[in-house]
Amino acid sequence: MTEIDLSALWVTLRLATITMVVLLIVGTPLAWWLAHTRSRFRPIVEALVALPIVLPPTVLGFYILVALGPYGPLGWLMNFTLAFTFTGLVIASVFYSMPFVIQPLQGAFEAAGKGPLEVAWSLRASKLDAFLTVISPIALRGYISAAVLGFAHTMGEFGVVLMVGGSIPGQTKVLSTTIFEHVEAMEFAQAHAISAFMLIFSFLVLLGVYVANRRFPIHVS
Amino acid sequence: MSRLVAHFDVHYPSFHLSVSLDVPTSGITVLFGPSGSGKTTLLRCLAGLERSSAGFMQFGSDVWQDEAKGMFLPLHSRPIGYVFQEPRLFPHYNVRSNLLYGYKRIPVEERRISIEQVVTILGIEHLLERRIHKLSGGEQQRVAIGRALLTSPKLLLMDEPLTSLDIQRKQEILPFIHRLHEELRIPLIYVSHAISEILHLADRVVLLKQGKLVGVGTLNEALTSLEYRGSFGSLRVGAVLDARVASHEPQYGLTQLEFKGQFLFVPLQSEIIGQSVRVHILSSDVSLVVGRTDAATSVLNILEGTIIEIREMDRSSVDVLLDIGAPLIASITRKSFAILGLKPGQKVYAHIKAVAINEELTE
Repeated sequence: MTEIDLSALWVTLRLATITMVVLLIVGTPLAWWLAHTRSRFRPIVEALVALPIVLPPTVLGFYILVALGPYGPLGWLMNFTLAFTFTGLVIASVFYSMPFVIQPLQGAFEAAGKGPLEVAWSLRASKLDAFLTVISPIALRGYISAAVLGFAHTMGEFGVVLMVGGSIPGQTKVLSTTIFEHVEAMEFAQAHAISAFMLIFSFLVLLGVYVANRRFPIHVS
Repeated sequence: MSRLVAHFDVHYPSFHLSVSLDVPTSGITVLFGPSGSGKTTLLRCLAGLERSSAGFMQFGSDVWQDEAKGMFLPLHSRPIGYVFQEPRLFPHYNVRSNLLYGYKRIPVEERRISIEQVVTILGIEHLLERRIHKLSGGEQQRVAIGRALLTSPKLLLMDEPLTSLDIQRKQEILPFIHRLHEELRIPLIYVSHAISEILHLADRVVLLKQGKLVGVGTLNEALTSLEYRGSFGSLRVGAVLDARVASHEPQYGLTQLEFKGQFLFVPLQSEIIGQSVRVHILSSDVSLVVGRTDAATSVLNILEGTIIEIREMDRSSVDVLLDIGAPLIASITRKSFAILGLKPGQKVYAHIKAVAINEELTE
């Protein structure tokens, strides 16, 4: 691997980790709300969250680019652009990978139900205490799936990254765009090396999740 | 005497609960009614799990909810223990950690009930280190009861805790509930639609129907009110008497119970003399005799009483409410009623063919 490839790997890992952490923090209350609300806005929010699954990444990337660019609301208000920056890339990735974090969490919260929470309240636990000590352990599998899928899906993104990031080495150039550029330049050996690395890495991550799920099942009687 | 005063108005698309309640806080109060009558909703309102816009709830001198003043204490700030229909144990903790979950969250000076006490009463000592999914349904519900008790609650709420259990497990837990109430003296509000549980546990009954309060009374008042007794389904209870063991006659296999100066024979009991026993009599097991006949009879249990009220039940039968020191209902045929010419105020003798001890009662 060349130095540029290594810096792309570093950017990729940083991007995937930060995106995952942001999504777990933002996604927990949102998934909780979706799992338990009776609001009529719920299907609208669910559809919005699921959009990245069906949209071409370029569509999402295009609108995020416009929104973050100098003529978007942010640029217009504060004369400030996030397009082609690492921060911009994180924002784009958060939207792009959102369904892969929200859906497992929502499923886990729905499966846990409100029952354990009510019990915890009746045992003097405050809402936050009850969530941390009862709901999150019961929803642990959901969290593991959400974290891994959020991380892995961000690692694998291409179209959004290309639109919003622009593949600037050391800042927004990630592994997937690096592979594309190697192929464009007919450097098949390098393209193959990174591709093989991503294939094996992704497989091992998923394997780890499935083994962990089997090893540490949450007993729900 | 300290009282529980509450008022709730809850509107759901398909259900409306509107109840004003004022009962003593002591003893065991059973919320009774058919399914859909609002028992569980009322219990959840009392706990603060449901919030109604015009709710009010006062327990003794503590106000927990007063929506007129915008005041509402969430469940975790109320000294309430809640046992749900299903045990709802935390699957990621073992039995001990489940028991200690609430115990650890109350201030040390408020811990009136100890772990040893709860473990002994509920008989769960051997289960402490077990994982939850290794327990039977009855064991799980016992742990759930213990977990609620260990918050040293001032009020214990139970929502049909025996529903999910088979008859054998029910027989196993009912005595525990009774015992913990006797030993720990915690006021208990218990939701049930099973007449056997009422007979066993209730000091007073709150009758609900379609989200409305039908009546409140002591167990005997509720069961022997000609007004309410239709609410209790097909089991026609004539009386529930809290009697005392007076003597044993092992040679005949009998125990004599004393009740307000009158005596009843029941099959030989294990209770010692002086101990209290709750018995019930079915109204169909009571026949009436006018005037003392000196003729010998094989019926051992003959109680003297006065007719209070008479109500025709259907084309063939009549319910006669007697005062024998407590209310007693006799169900007799219309024909016998006409022949005897019974009237309120009249003195009669009630011949009782069978007296059941509640422990034997099954449905």
